[in-house]
Amino acid sequence: MNKVILWSKQNLFSSWYNILISAFILLLVFYSIPKFVDWALIKATFSGETKQDCKAGGACWVFIKVWFEKFLYGFYPESDIWRVNIAFTLLVLTIATAFLIRESYKIFVVLFLIFIFPIISFYLLSGGRFGLSYVETREWGGFSLSLILTFFGIILSFPLGVLLALGRRSELFIIKYFSIAFIEFWRGIPLITVLFAAAVTFPLLLPANLASDKLLRVAIGIAIFESAYIAEVVRGGLQSLPKGQYEAAKSLGMGYWKMNLLIILPQAIKTVLPGITNTFIALFKDTPLIILVGILELLGMVNLAKANSYWLGMAVEGYVFTAIVFWVFSYLLSLYTQHLEKKYSTDRITK
Amino acid sequence: MNDTIIELKNVNKWFGKFHVLKNINMNVAKGEKVIICGPSGSGKSTLIRCINRLEEHEEGSIVVDGIELNEDVKNIDKIRGEVGMVFQQFNLFPHLTILDNCALAPSWVKKIPKKKCEELAMEFLTKVKIADQAKKFPGQLSGGQQQRAAIARALCMEPKIMLFDEPTSALDPEMIKEVLDVMVDLAKGGMTMCVVTHEMAFAKEVADRVVFMDEGSIVESKKTKDFFQNPENERTKLFLSQIL
Repeated sequence: MNKVILWSKQNLFSSWYNILISAFILLLVFYSIPKFVDWALIKATFSGETKQDCKAGGACWVFIKVWFEKFLYGFYPESDIWRVNIAFTLLVLTIATAFLIRESYKIFVVLFLIFIFPIISFYLLSGGRFGLSYVETREWGGFSLSLILTFFGIILSFPLGVLLALGRRSELFIIKYFSIAFIEFWRGIPLITVLFAAAVTFPLLLPANLASDKLLRVAIGIAIFESAYIAEVVRGGLQSLPKGQYEAAKSLGMGYWKMNLLIILPQAIKTVLPGITNTFIALFKDTPLIILVGILELLGMVNLAKANSYWLGMAVEGYVFTAIVFWVFSYLLSLYTQHLEKKYSTDRITK
Repeated sequence: MNDTIIELKNVNKWFGKFHVLKNINMNVAKGEKVIICGPSGSGKSTLIRCINRLEEHEEGSIVVDGIELNEDVKNIDKIRGEVGMVFQQFNLFPHLTILDNCALAPSWVKKIPKKKCEELAMEFLTKVKIADQAKKFPGQLSGGQQQRAAIARALCMEPKIMLFDEPTSALDPEMIKEVLDVMVDLAKGGMTMCVVTHEMAFAKEVADRVVFMDEGSIVESKKTKDFFQNPENERTKLFLSQIL
């Protein structure tokens, strides 16, 4: 107890303005936390089917419960939702496998995730083959779509970003300046512009059959946009490596690709893992922006539901729910990369 | 002993306007041990870095084991496979264990099966007396152990020539000997070696020839005994008087 008092004396009440700020914050906390708990838990309604069941005056979680399926799956046909579930179960199982198997086999899990899993899940979700009914991508939506876009964005933007980072440091004139132009262009325009261009402008420029699917165009747009950021993050890692690492690799007879894949990139990427996580979390949290081109993921569905005439006035519940869901998933991603950082920090830098 | 394995003819190199190598002519015979010494900035490191083309020379020709060093990328990789290099700063790969540091290049560059590479790596790690450190990461080793690991790593490519760029300059004094001992063993095994170093005792013990460089030129190149007993050039004499 004494320690607590001493600590707060030193850190919270050390001078008159610190006392003032601390007091203000404490008041705010004591005022708002009980109020929030009261609203979110004590006076909240959890059971029922309609808005009219919420009479306690607190949060109406019935809203979330009733709309839950739509929030998760958008307008995906109800009878086919099992397909989405299978795709995500497969993803979770694959990632879980990666934790269990030996280090040297993990590369197969990664290759599966990058090359095979997307194809399986595409046919699973989209259907039209193997006896599955065809589901148009405009019926996709809800939080599952956020996750799909994030996954697609990561597996596409990461390799592309790494290539661009290497390209920017290339000694070949054309590759170098192409990479610089590409990165600076995509980094210089807002994501919203990319989304509008992908949804509206590109169909005018491209032949009708090419990239005819709006969601696909938007997904590619997001991935390319993020790859420019990844490229700059990775470049930071490349620049942090001492020249000696390149020279040692070269002196052992390694060519450009072997040197980069075996020696340079593993170290560079490890160094900038926090920055890469940052970019991926930003990518994940940017997915609600697709609402602007008429594709509804979680936030889009919440907006739609709160405008439903039977459910007017449910905005706060919807937004709090959205915030919690996004926070939980972002935090999971963050935890995973913290785990990676710890795991690969066994080695220290050579003197 | 007279087959030339490294041949430098009229080699010139500039760093911008700075003329770092001036008309270098030098031959190294198979099995010969050449020590290159000289004051800092004299171009001795640049010279041996040209031999495996970590630096590019601008004029003249360098022929290593019958292969001319030029723009051709294939030639460069071929030569690098035959020339091992040991750096002042060790330059071990910090993300790999000592064993993997050694086994990586033979398995990826020479396509030797991984198991065999690891046996090879253990053989050379035993030779440099750090077999017990194989599973550790470079950051967990002392400087002397790291440099010995770096020597083992270069040897795993089974090179015909070994280049050493001030291998003991970054080491604490008490660790210099363990590295030099390994190099003496290597020399006695018949390896062709070019060593940039200030360790004159080492030079006296193993070198066939000592090359003294100053301001980008080879000032004096003599049999070891001659070099230490009858240096001709004033600058060599001055250098020796300061370093011995």
